[in-house]
Amino acid sequence: MSSTAAVPFWRAAGMTYISYSNICANLVRNCLKEPHKSEAISREKVHFSLSKWVDGKPEKPNCHVYKLSCF
Amino acid sequence: MFRQATARLLSRSAAARPKARPFSTDLESAPAADQAFVDAWKKVAPNMDPPKTPLSFMKPRPPTPSSIPSKLTVNFSLPYASELSGKEVDMVIVPATTGQMGILPGHVPTIAELKPGLMTVHEGNDVQKYFVSSGFALVHANSYADIIAVEAVPVNRIDPNLVQKGLAEFTQKLNSASTDLEKAEAQIGVDVHSALSSALSG
Repeated sequence: MSSTAAVPFWRAAGMTYISYSNICANLVRNCLKEPHKSEAISREKVHFSLSKWVDGKPEKPNCHVYKLSCF
Repeated sequence: MFRQATARLLSRSAAARPKARPFSTDLESAPAADQAFVDAWKKVAPNMDPPKTPLSFMKPRPPTPSSIPSKLTVNFSLPYASELSGKEVDMVIVPATTGQMGILPGHVPTIAELKPGLMTVHEGNDVQKYFVSSGFALVHANSYADIIAVEAVPVNRIDPNLVQKGLAEFTQKLNSASTDLEKAEAQIGVDVHSALSSALSG
């Protein structure tokens, strides 16, 4: 029996709460006035580097990627 | 089918244990140090202090007072900062998904999911306004309110031109969206920007 609870539109479209919350937070950050906006964006940047492994050994890593966590 | 089974289980256990489960604020706090461990430690190393456990650093939860307190204690935290910590206020109005919810001292314990909107903290004649992007508000039986959000800014830090531009852009994206996911993202954009613009004007 399927539950007939009303789901929010973003969950019906396949999004999880945490992606919804992160999207909202990013939209709010993009609407800030200048010094606060650049502080907020730099605070939320995620630094990571990615490398693919082939035959048990890592290939040269991609140059360090700085990504805004927006998904 | 599973819903009926759980309903039956719950009703059976409720009949066996008619006492309702206490809220976390009504339980006694766990003892900060295990007495048996401390005694054994003192026997082996009487000159050294026994190590502290995390529980001994935590302050015990204030118990539920028998009469309604005069002030509400608010803890407003963000992932990167603690905006208000233990502040005593008269009232807080939070943007719950079911509408603007006012929290006064003595409010019934509640867990409310917040939608993007304006949160106001009232202390005497002072009103502080914050725009909250989304989060939760937890009200406990002892008149403590914990409000947690991912992003919250005082409204004077919001740029109205960017809000108008964003609103126009997302309304346009909503009209041209094709997949469910794109429609949902565009709808979120429209919701957030319209909440921002009403927070700026209201």
